[in-house]
Amino acid sequence: MLKKRIIPCLDIQDGRTVKGINFVDIQDAGDPIELAKRYVEEGADELVFLDITATVEKRKTLVELVTRIAAEINIPFTVGGGINTIEDVIDIIKAGADKVSVNSSAVKNPKLISEIANEFGNQCVVVAIDTKFDGNEWIVFVHGGRTPTPLKTIEWAKEVERLGAGEILLTSMNNDGTKSGFAMDITDAVSRAVNIPVIASGGAGTKDHFVTLFKQTHASAGLAASIFHYGEIPIPELKAHLQNEKISIRQCL
Amino acid sequence: MIAIIKYNAGNIRSVQNALTRLGYESVITDDPETILSADKVIFPGVGEASSAMKYLREKGLDKVLRSVKKPMLGICLGLQLMCDHSEEGDTKCLGIFNAAVKKFPPLDKVPHMGWNNFTNIKGELFNGIDINNDVYYVHSYYAELSDETIATCNYIQPFSAAMQKNNFYATQFHPEKSADVGAQILKNFLSL
Repeated sequence: MLKKRIIPCLDIQDGRTVKGINFVDIQDAGDPIELAKRYVEEGADELVFLDITATVEKRKTLVELVTRIAAEINIPFTVGGGINTIEDVIDIIKAGADKVSVNSSAVKNPKLISEIANEFGNQCVVVAIDTKFDGNEWIVFVHGGRTPTPLKTIEWAKEVERLGAGEILLTSMNNDGTKSGFAMDITDAVSRAVNIPVIASGGAGTKDHFVTLFKQTHASAGLAASIFHYGEIPIPELKAHLQNEKISIRQCL
Repeated sequence: MIAIIKYNAGNIRSVQNALTRLGYESVITDDPETILSADKVIFPGVGEASSAMKYLREKGLDKVLRSVKKPMLGICLGLQLMCDHSEEGDTKCLGIFNAAVKKFPPLDKVPHMGWNNFTNIKGELFNGIDINNDVYYVHSYYAELSDETIATCNYIQPFSAAMQKNNFYATQFHPEKSADVGAQILKNFLSL
């Protein structure tokens, strides 16, 4: 049976993780490789590296980092943040990333989705959608959730699928950082509206939030950052809990 | 020496990285002599079937791959190209395995993406592996079951997770991206 995926997200700035933490046996918590290896050992199913530097001169640092990650990590990983052109994508994929995620650049230039899909296959394209409920409906936001767009979230999700996206990473801005649980209604609506996998993001604060996510929506994966970075929820504990709740997840060797 | 077939498909570097982690040297090559004199051949691939076959034919690699005598391992698109025919771009493939490649009907999420297990595992490739172990799959097309199926996965319907005929081995999943389980399967292949 296909397993539900648990995906830690690492924010990267100038080649270092932004929210480093206190894992006992990690020498350098700011080193993305050390942290990534730790997550792999703990049973993470995939990793997402989000570059928040996003300045041209720092891109080379990111490509070098991706090369090092690819050499060390034996599970799939996605790289996102500041990817604007097919040339950016080629650099990242050639360095060894399995997938790239595009967000604002896909809204600005939807053809980018098809260009990546044609060059590297649909499985390579993750479209990240930041969404916020404006009191009336769910709207797509760009630029790290600061700028509203006229796009309705479900319509945009269907459009990116049509353009060749292989996966959607859906972040609810209403929930992000609240630790009050994932946005169930929009996650379920989007995951039913498209036939590609949807990764839910934003709001994870407890193990039961993942249980609810997987029991009440069609999401294929749950993504979180701080609860893993700060060791609040160790991945093995989360997976054991999900297993007890009869949710199909991967057990490690 | 291990030869990794160079063609217009992704994930080749991931395969080389995985071999390096296991302590094996490899070359990425499209040179027929290097391929035919290698101890092991790995035929990886993420991509589209018709353009991949076109490229292989233009380079004469279709005949070279069919004539490999040492153990050869196809991965993902590699497995599909080793079959008779693929629905993807209505493509005549290498015809090593007597099976057709079809598109998943849209009865569940496609691509089949993520960790899944297998049943009915047979042969040396799966030494030390059991049916509760998960491996990483990402594909929208699948090879139907045949006499050459050595592992079965069930997603939407049963399909070939791995195949073998004589010295030709192939996996639909990505051992190079399947953590310790995948590393064990690669080690098993490299020890053949």
